[in-house]
Amino acid sequence: MKYKYKVGCSLENLQGIRDFIRTSLKNHGISELEISEMVLALDEMCSNLMIHAHDCNPNELFDLEIAIDKNKPVVFEIIDDGSVFDINQFNEPSMDNLIHEKRKGGLGIRLVKSIMDSVEYGKSGNKNICRLVKRVQAN
Amino acid sequence: MVHIKRLQEDGIDIIAPIGEIDASSSIELDLTIAKSVGEGFSKILVDCGALEYISSAGLGVFMSYIDEFKDKNVSMVLYGMSEKVANTFEILGLYDLLTIAPDKAEAKKKVNEV
Repeated sequence: MKYKYKVGCSLENLQGIRDFIRTSLKNHGISELEISEMVLALDEMCSNLMIHAHDCNPNELFDLEIAIDKNKPVVFEIIDDGSVFDINQFNEPSMDNLIHEKRKGGLGIRLVKSIMDSVEYGKSGNKNICRLVKRVQAN
Repeated sequence: MVHIKRLQEDGIDIIAPIGEIDASSSIELDLTIAKSVGEGFSKILVDCGALEYISSAGLGVFMSYIDEFKDKNVSMVLYGMSEKVANTFEILGLYDLLTIAPDKAEAKKKVNEV
């Protein structure tokens, strides 16, 4: 089953993104806790994208797609045409540094890496595709 | 969307966020905590009972006060988190950095300990 959502790069739209993910993932036998973790990881990825690749311009749109199939990992794709920030290339500061330097940004990336099984970047034409995969309990 | 209530009890400031805290609404939490400290409160409780969601932007607000609170002898205790919200704090290991209590009675005990 595929679910698609197109959204502008305004942080106000994060609530709608979370609601879209919650609605898409329910009724697939995925636990509430796992759903909440995926919502959190995608919220972090989308807010980073809005802020860093699109300067929170509500007129710039991106697509979020979710593929859910029985006995398969859940696959999320974030498709846009902004600049790419590969979180795999980012070394998160230690928690200690996060406190003292007040670098709030590193926390979100730490969450995404802890929650998702893989985060990969690719291209299709002039579009960037960020694919996030999460294995869930037998659904 | 988050709505934040504040009330005072026995000289303790209780901050209660209602709803979801994300990158667009974390500023509200930041302003509320800053206001509480600005008004001279040295004991702050955060009632998370009606907090439905928190992203790293909100967690970052709590973390950004850790040093300042140490310097100013302010103690802050969070309590009443749902399983999902507690899980977010756990993933990042924030139980070691912040003081978190299961309920209000326990939170009051902890905030008065320091």
